[in-house]
Amino acid sequence: MIDIQLKDTPIFPQDCIDFVADDGTGGSTVFIGTVRNQTKEKKVLRLEFESYAPMAISEMRKIAERAKERWSCTKISIHHRVGVLAIGEIAVIIAVATPHRKAAFEACEFCIDTLKETVPIWKREFFEDGDVWVAAHP
Amino acid sequence: MNINILAFGIAKDIINGSTLGLEIQDGTTVGALKMKLISQFPDFEKLRSLAIAVNEEYQDDDFVLSEKDEVVIIPPVSGG
Repeated sequence: MIDIQLKDTPIFPQDCIDFVADDGTGGSTVFIGTVRNQTKEKKVLRLEFESYAPMAISEMRKIAERAKERWSCTKISIHHRVGVLAIGEIAVIIAVATPHRKAAFEACEFCIDTLKETVPIWKREFFEDGDVWVAAHP
Repeated sequence: MNINILAFGIAKDIINGSTLGLEIQDGTTVGALKMKLISQFPDFEKLRSLAIAVNEEYQDDDFVLSEKDEVVIIPPVSGG
């Protein structure tokens, strides 16, 4: 079972954990990505995430489907937030449940690594002296 | 034919808007569209990558565009 959500309101780890909870699984892992207060020693004031929503959802679903097949995951939940986020707020949550623990770690890492490469979501960091689209340039 | 292109992230800054109407020849590929965009907006060449999505799927350079396609410029993504 797969649960994908893209929201412009706060997201909660417990929602993802509850979704993947299953008596048949031996372990679950949760990755929580939050807004850092600095980038390259520059103070970050806030972040803004923009998405191409329908494709962002379908790409996150593809990632979950690939992980599910590769690691025999029982359940995967991916929630990503968009809009303006303050320092410390949660931007992304990935919860994965599998029969054995090693697969849960590997599948969760695969999901966040692939999400950062393929899902059409863009992060804009705001500093005291301007703003930048993250990772846009080499 | 005319196509309407959507832009997100830094691509909006580069084209100075969120949509762009372009007149292209029948049979234009994704690769040819990228070249056209780069020639019209040289800042696209400075990006780490430039991808095109058609109807919500990434497409390779040899994919041929059609008039009703939803074409989207995908600059380097940075979610998570």
